Amino acid sequence: MSTETEDAPDADAPAGDTEAADVEALRERVDELEQQLSDAAVETDDDTKSMVIVATKGTLDMAYPPLILASTAAAFGWDVTVFHTFWGLDILHEERSKDLKLSAVGNPNMPVPNAIASLPGMDRMTTKMMRKRIDDNETASIGELLDTCFDMGVEMQACQMTIDLMDYDEDDFYDGVTVGVGAATALERMADADVQLLV
Amino acid sequence: MSLQTDATETLDVKGAACPMPVVKTKQAVDDLSQGDLLEVVATDSGSMSDIDGWASGTDGVSLVDQEERDEGGETVYVHYVQVEE
Repeated sequence: MSTETEDAPDADAPAGDTEAADVEALRERVDELEQQLSDAAVETDDDTKSMVIVATKGTLDMAYPPLILASTAAAFGWDVTVFHTFWGLDILHEERSKDLKLSAVGNPNMPVPNAIASLPGMDRMTTKMMRKRIDDNETASIGELLDTCFDMGVEMQACQMTIDLMDYDEDDFYDGVTVGVGAATALERMADADVQLLV
Repeated sequence: MSLQTDATETLDVKGAACPMPVVKTKQAVDDLSQGDLLEVVATDSGSMSDIDGWASGTDGVSLVDQEERDEGGETVYVHYVQVEE
């Protein structure tokens, strides 16, 4: 029964033409799809990874993770953007970045009780202690890491809303810092990025 | 010929801590030509894992060898990075 049905068009010339036309149409469709596939492959062939870090903190310790990760990712050849907002802006602030501080208040891992850590002058001492450790360990300074990031093409962005909120001026930031950007810019980059981090 | 004598250039990152050994290696590699061999000498013990990870994740370079050496009582970590042809 089924054999008969399959054989039937072969015996019938007009039906054979239809089949040939169908095959031709299918071939064209396959070619078209193959082309689309190879175009898509070319588009995604750019396997450069990218990372966006949102840096929200500006204490001496917390300024490190974004800069270390950004410079290392740049060493991998990734496209890196660091979006600085709130206290994270201080990392890019030409004056304030040289004087980032650390407090033992609220940090129970530090060897100073909160009651003492909150006395006047204690933050200065804690910061001095931390700076000495950084020097002794030959850990790169924030300035060095910033220079490295700029040299390696990391895009440093400063959130416009918080620049205004903190009453900073756009000229307060290092040359090369991108200003005039907001949450939508950050999100757009994050959507396309392979790695997104909030620090 | 040992890798040490084969090296096109030596990068001294002794004393430097994370992330500088990796970052400086990358910067040194950028100044080299295809086929060149870079010797990186570090004191950061983390560089053993970090340079390995960096080389695996970076196009155009391969880690040929790594070794721990004693240099006058100081342990140094030596990495040989080849710029691929």
